[in-house]
Amino acid sequence: MARLTATSLTCLRGPRLVFEGLDFSLDAGDALLLTGPNGSGKSSLLRLLAGLLSPLDGQITANGRPISDDMEGHRAATAYLGHLDPIKSTLSVQENARFWATLLGTPDRVDTALATLNLTELAALSGRVLSSGQRRRLSLTRLLLSPADLWLLDEPTVGLDTNAVAAVEQMVMDHRAQGGVVILSTHIEFQLPGAKTLDLGDFTPAAFRSEAPV
Amino acid sequence: MTDFLAGFYAVLIRDLRLALRQSADLALVLGFFTIAASLFPFGVGPAPETLARIAPGVIWVLALLSVMLSLDRLFEQDLADGSLEQMVLTPRPLVLTVLAKALAHWLTTGLPLIAITPVIGILLNFPPAGYGTLLIGLALGTPSLSLIGAVGAALTLGARRAGLLIALLVLPLYIPILIFGVTAVDSVLTGFEARAHFLYLAAILVAAIPLAPLAAAAAVRHGVEG
Repeated sequence: MARLTATSLTCLRGPRLVFEGLDFSLDAGDALLLTGPNGSGKSSLLRLLAGLLSPLDGQITANGRPISDDMEGHRAATAYLGHLDPIKSTLSVQENARFWATLLGTPDRVDTALATLNLTELAALSGRVLSSGQRRRLSLTRLLLSPADLWLLDEPTVGLDTNAVAAVEQMVMDHRAQGGVVILSTHIEFQLPGAKTLDLGDFTPAAFRSEAPV
Repeated sequence: MTDFLAGFYAVLIRDLRLALRQSADLALVLGFFTIAASLFPFGVGPAPETLARIAPGVIWVLALLSVMLSLDRLFEQDLADGSLEQMVLTPRPLVLTVLAKALAHWLTTGLPLIAITPVIGILLNFPPAGYGTLLIGLALGTPSLSLIGAVGAALTLGARRAGLLIALLVLPLYIPILIFGVTAVDSVLTGFEARAHFLYLAAILVAAIPLAPLAAAAAVRHGVEG
């Protein structure tokens, strides 16, 4: 039984049909790399899979059951990293991480997560003074804090230096080795051995193709 | 159960910490309450009897408006920086998260308002015999204001001019609380008991504690689907 499948998925944002007839199937340990031009629906697909959007048509199943049957359970088993960094500028790095760890039920993982992303020395700094790369690294700690086995990463490497990108690649590899599933979109070179790729540009309805920004 | 409470406390403590570290927000609410109250002696004239007559109503109306002005900070910042959608995605029940946020809002808005009310009372020549009733009424009423306000704040998430929209949605729902709060004081000042009015305020609060977070959580879920 596949861990995650999508069947003839169609997504509408406002007046625009973003993609239609999209299918894929992923097993434990699989990774899926989303490519495609801007506006082809990479972020929309990730939000659909996280349960933050509803598809116009089609079905997503997790472990053989439609996610709409148990949205709460699906969201709890999903770690989603969007474009935004949910970091409070008046809380320290440590306090930001501890808050999410408590909500995710893993307060004991904070120190390891900060160490993995090389944030230990910044732990006492307030969120306000972090650079964009440091903010991104702090957001990424949430993946290590989360007990979820499905990772949905929307351009996880924006603003990261090469060392940090390597750390993220390692995190993804470790997660897959433990049977986790990773779906990510990126515009840079990202080491994802054995990953399937999905070019969302192939699923843009013909009528909308000319409208897509170049 | 303890697991549920851990999430509740985490949100509560975080929101309290954020409010205390951004204490300008809190000062603005209290400043509005004080300055608006000090306008009335200029507007209706400084005659002590006139002020004493309108003081209970003025204090309650201003408390309503002050709470309402601070409602946008309940969810708006968390929506803007992506925290809110991540809270939706945690295994914690969103209803408890919303309840914790409303409690933090009351502790940093309603409670300070109650604390400075005696000062405002002096400014408006509030009849001394009514103080106890006024404060008990506010203590029972302001938590409901935060809870009902949370529904309004959640419904207007992402809307343009959300502040005005919140006022239109929430102020009509505040009317029963205003009526029972003011009539409680009036009845004590005219020699009757305020107990019945307190019971109504308590009933509204008891109903709002479970119902408002349910409604607000549903609205938050909808709001993050942007």
